[in-house]
Amino acid sequence: MIEIRLFATLRDGRDKIIKLDSTSFTVAGDVLKHLSICPEDVAIYLINGKHSNQDAPIKDGDIIAIFPPIGGG
Amino acid sequence: MKTAYNGKILRVNLTTGEIIQEELDIDLAKKFIGGRGLGTKILLDEGVATVDPLSENNKLIFISGPMTGTNVPTGGRYMVVTKSPLNGMIASSNSGGVWGAKLKYAGWDAIIVEGRAEEPVYINIEDEKAEILPANEYWGKTTENLVEEMHKLYPKASILNIGPAGEKLSLIAAVINDKDRAAGRSGVGAVMGSKNLKAISVTASRSVIEPFDSDKLRQSTSDCQKRISENGVTSGGLPAYGTSVLVNIVNNIGAFPTRNWQEAYFETADKISGETLKENHLVKQSFCHRCPIGCGRVIDFNGKIIGGPEYEPIWAYGANCGVDDLPAINEANYMCNEYGLDAISTPCTIAAAMELYQKGNITDEDCDGVPLNWGSGKAIVEWTKRMGQGYNKLAKLMAKGSYRLCEHYGVPEYSMSVKKQEMPAYDARGIQGIGINYATSNRGGCHVRGYMISPEVLGLPQALDRLSTEGKATWTKIFQDLTACIDSMGMCLFTSFALGAPEYAALLNAAIGTDYTAENLLEVGERIYNIERIFNKLAGMKPEDDRLPRRLTEEPIPEGPSKGELSKISITLPDYYSARGWVDAFPTNETLIRLGLEEEMLKEEAPVE
Repeated sequence: MIEIRLFATLRDGRDKIIKLDSTSFTVAGDVLKHLSICPEDVAIYLINGKHSNQDAPIKDGDIIAIFPPIGGG
Repeated sequence: MKTAYNGKILRVNLTTGEIIQEELDIDLAKKFIGGRGLGTKILLDEGVATVDPLSENNKLIFISGPMTGTNVPTGGRYMVVTKSPLNGMIASSNSGGVWGAKLKYAGWDAIIVEGRAEEPVYINIEDEKAEILPANEYWGKTTENLVEEMHKLYPKASILNIGPAGEKLSLIAAVINDKDRAAGRSGVGAVMGSKNLKAISVTASRSVIEPFDSDKLRQSTSDCQKRISENGVTSGGLPAYGTSVLVNIVNNIGAFPTRNWQEAYFETADKISGETLKENHLVKQSFCHRCPIGCGRVIDFNGKIIGGPEYEPIWAYGANCGVDDLPAINEANYMCNEYGLDAISTPCTIAAAMELYQKGNITDEDCDGVPLNWGSGKAIVEWTKRMGQGYNKLAKLMAKGSYRLCEHYGVPEYSMSVKKQEMPAYDARGIQGIGINYATSNRGGCHVRGYMISPEVLGLPQALDRLSTEGKATWTKIFQDLTACIDSMGMCLFTSFALGAPEYAALLNAAIGTDYTAENLLEVGERIYNIERIFNKLAGMKPEDDRLPRRLTEEPIPEGPSKGELSKISITLPDYYSARGWVDAFPTNETLIRLGLEEEMLKEEAPVE
């Protein structure tokens, strides 16, 4: 299984945390298609807390956190 | 020549009661822009660096920037510049709301307050008119009640005030304006309290500032508005969720300081996130003067509509105190506004007290019925009130900030502070660049002097590896220099998510008739950063003051995504000094000459290269 964590506007109409079968996905970007998230709406991918990108390979047990553009201070 | 400066400073001496109108030196203003830069230059020239911060010799400057009051996006900010009683160094605390714009519309660029009144007073400004009036009936009042009372006399005024904390000289007291905006940091509220000055009300009949070139400023403003409205941060995340949209990302990288920085990952962080605040408490956004972003939160607190917390107090009262009770955080933050306390240093001091309680230094008897347990919503609310009231011996000690609290118990290393000022919500063990900024910030622990979180966590304007030290010293310097310009202009730092040095230069040139380029504007920022450092040197700062708490260099993050990480400040600090042209933490004569700071050159003290 992989755990997908969605934040901010990406939660609109979706669950905050989604668990998926890891065998169905090769890279982080594959998850977006499954969740009907437009890649242009995503600014930050974290895989297990490390900054990554949509082409990064994923493996069983990974936690993938996905954020739209955000900022603050 | 017409410029966006008013060209007038109000000097108020509370000892003699004298009120003088002075001409602003426009050339000097252009050299230091305004706000933070010009305020520091005035303090330095008037010999404030060596005075006792709580004596009548300290001066308290409320100063706008050239953009304050214009139509430029976020052009409404002002700064409180003084010598900090918290650490004896330069204090320059920034605030939004509308007070700064009103001051400008009333016809003043700045107010310099000197001396000390014998009895409590307030200053009332109505355009050209300025008067010192008795404030005995207002002394002791908390913010909301005070503002309501003063509005009976001055219905159209914007009110700036201190709360009971400033009156009692809490070293972490804030200056509040417009009920819930704060010039929060470095104890500026205590300086105001030491002068027996309760409030400054400003009423202005004008609402326009005439710039140097109206057409060019209109054009640049329009360009900036477009960039802000097309930027995903300033048009999306910030308006929708406020600054606390950061809770989840900072926690998910494992750099969210927890339980006084003993940990860096808070299991229940989502319960205190911007998303949860929006879902359960948000009534509407709030906007400072001329702000198109609207990151401010208006929330419902048990049926009462109040200003909501920013990211920093949510973190500091939340994860840093182990609390995931968002209503309690909302209430504690409100108490900071009511009592006039710094909403970062106050909760960070409570977190330090919780560690002292955890380790047995603080006893149940000291706690007088409200134990300082991690996770206690009751403790964060009650101890905030107690600090504001000077309730008992422990509360009075805590009102001096975490450094003096922990030093009292013989463990100053539990104070997570730099230059005695508490660090904000990003763990420098897991984000290397922000650690350089914390260590070298002229006002002590602070994120908004050089917001390295932008490239290291948010990927803006480009992504940097947060764990690498490569190039971080130079990046930090550039961020610090640009920030010094933005602060001095009277604009909000959040515009920098969408704007860069070329846009700021264009705005300035149209407003005040300069010919800055992106490059030499950054040099102005560098000049400001250096003059602050010179102020600190004269005030007694030592090279060892540019340091991080031992916990960040010796105690690895114990768990979470940044497990095992430590700050590598010993590697990056020499790189930073080299990038700045500093030796042993201070500018060389050569650097000062390059920046046009010959006057500030301390020939007998400056190190020789």
